[in-house]
Amino acid sequence: MVEPALEGFDKIAVVWPQRFRALARSLAPWVLPAVLMVVWEIAARKGLISARLMPAPGTVAVAFWKAVLDGTLIHHTVVSTRRALIGLAIGGGLGFVAGLATGLWKPVEILLDSTLQMLRNIPHLALIPLVILWFGIDETAKIFLVSIGVFFPIYINTFHGVRTVDPQLIEMAKVYGLDRWALIRRIILPGSLPSILVGLRYALGFMWLTLIVAESISATSGIGYMTMNAREFLMTDVVLLGILIYASLGKLADTATRIIERRVLTWHSAYRTKQRQN
Amino acid sequence: MGDTHELLQREDQTVRGVETGGLSVTLTQVNCAFGSLNLLQRFNLDVPAGQFLAVVGRSGCGKSTLMRLIAGLNRPNGGHIGVGGKPVEGVTSAVRLLFQEARLVPWQRVVENIGIARGGKWRQAALSALSDVGLDGRGDEWPAVLSGGQRQRVALARALVSDPKVLLLDEPFGALDALTRIDMHRLLDRLWSNRRFTTILITHDVSEAVALADRVIVLREGSIALDIAIDLERPRHELSARRAMQLQRQILDAV
Repeated sequence: MVEPALEGFDKIAVVWPQRFRALARSLAPWVLPAVLMVVWEIAARKGLISARLMPAPGTVAVAFWKAVLDGTLIHHTVVSTRRALIGLAIGGGLGFVAGLATGLWKPVEILLDSTLQMLRNIPHLALIPLVILWFGIDETAKIFLVSIGVFFPIYINTFHGVRTVDPQLIEMAKVYGLDRWALIRRIILPGSLPSILVGLRYALGFMWLTLIVAESISATSGIGYMTMNAREFLMTDVVLLGILIYASLGKLADTATRIIERRVLTWHSAYRTKQRQN
Repeated sequence: MGDTHELLQREDQTVRGVETGGLSVTLTQVNCAFGSLNLLQRFNLDVPAGQFLAVVGRSGCGKSTLMRLIAGLNRPNGGHIGVGGKPVEGVTSAVRLLFQEARLVPWQRVVENIGIARGGKWRQAALSALSDVGLDGRGDEWPAVLSGGQRQRVALARALVSDPKVLLLDEPFGALDALTRIDMHRLLDRLWSNRRFTTILITHDVSEAVALADRVIVLREGSIALDIAIDLERPRHELSARRAMQLQRQILDAV
């Protein structure tokens, strides 16, 4: 297609825009946040927005560094993360088992599903007053709320995943004489895994959400407590810092599930092509 | 295409006249109904051990029901079904069913799909079955990367790995393109000639029936409208031969 003499130029011409485009593509998602930060910083310094109500990014960065140095940030983050993970393990585990049971056995579904669907429609944060009465403001209350928050997304998506496993594969497994256990382990569980992982991602969102609210209302430690405490003393920079920590913990959890998805679903053509692109 | 060549060569090395590795299939006075729909009524069919039978008919004439009954997936409303003289009471490894879709498990590699039943030295057996269907060295791939024809080959290997006595084929080549289908015909012809399992092939393609089978029956409204022996020499490369055309005509008239 190209004249031999032009081949070299052609390569350069092709390679450079490609590299540039790849770079631009990886930077593009960060453009908007960066611009916002700059505008925010300038506006705060010029006094366009009240530094007391909305401190500049620089101030928040200083607050961050201070909190790291005196160890409070790490302490509160560890406490919050621990609550989140214990709640996830309990609520998610129960949701998974319940979803599996209702998905696999019709009698269990008849017995359990309509009750669970009813409970699902109660906003679990509405239980906070009750939970405080039951458990006081100690760890149990927060872990309980997180467990309820993550239970339903995992339950519903596990149930849905089990129910939507290709019936043709199940019939095939029967023809080839797979017993019940092999059928569950080799066909039904891996087949419902994509759906279960979707449930996990939703659950992680609910996990942080629940924890923020629970910690803001009744706690003596944790990120939520840190921000509420800062509000009392009008330390808006620490409040903003708390919000940012929540945002990054949420993002971290989401990234973790994406990595799990890619590892577990290598057989899935959609995930394989994604892997190749990266 | 290189695949086809290799298969053709192997086909020439096939030893003819091996004794049968199959079991007879007998249906006596079988009734099968779904709701008010009578699919089979007082249906009789006798397939001798090792025979290659093709079943031709319009859709909804009871072909698939027939297969599911023989495979033990469905129970008849009445009558008797026997394989090798014993009544069919459920799914056994002696009878294998190949579906129109390959139905490979997408999250298991090819070799794991073939050894799905996982008995004994399954991996070794699966790999040798894989090479029997001309897919040497593809055992570690995901089913998603295979072509339609290759997937059906894997499905065939999965059926053959347990050394079945009866192979039921429910339009397994229906969704393949014409060239791939011819490849599959040659492969099936070779495998059947070597092992002589009893084969029942459902098809709506009359030329496919004439090319592969010893005997063709035409099903119409749940009963046999035509039962004809295909007295053509094997191997049947020359499908345009006069006799084959005559047979096809005769079958088409009965459909």
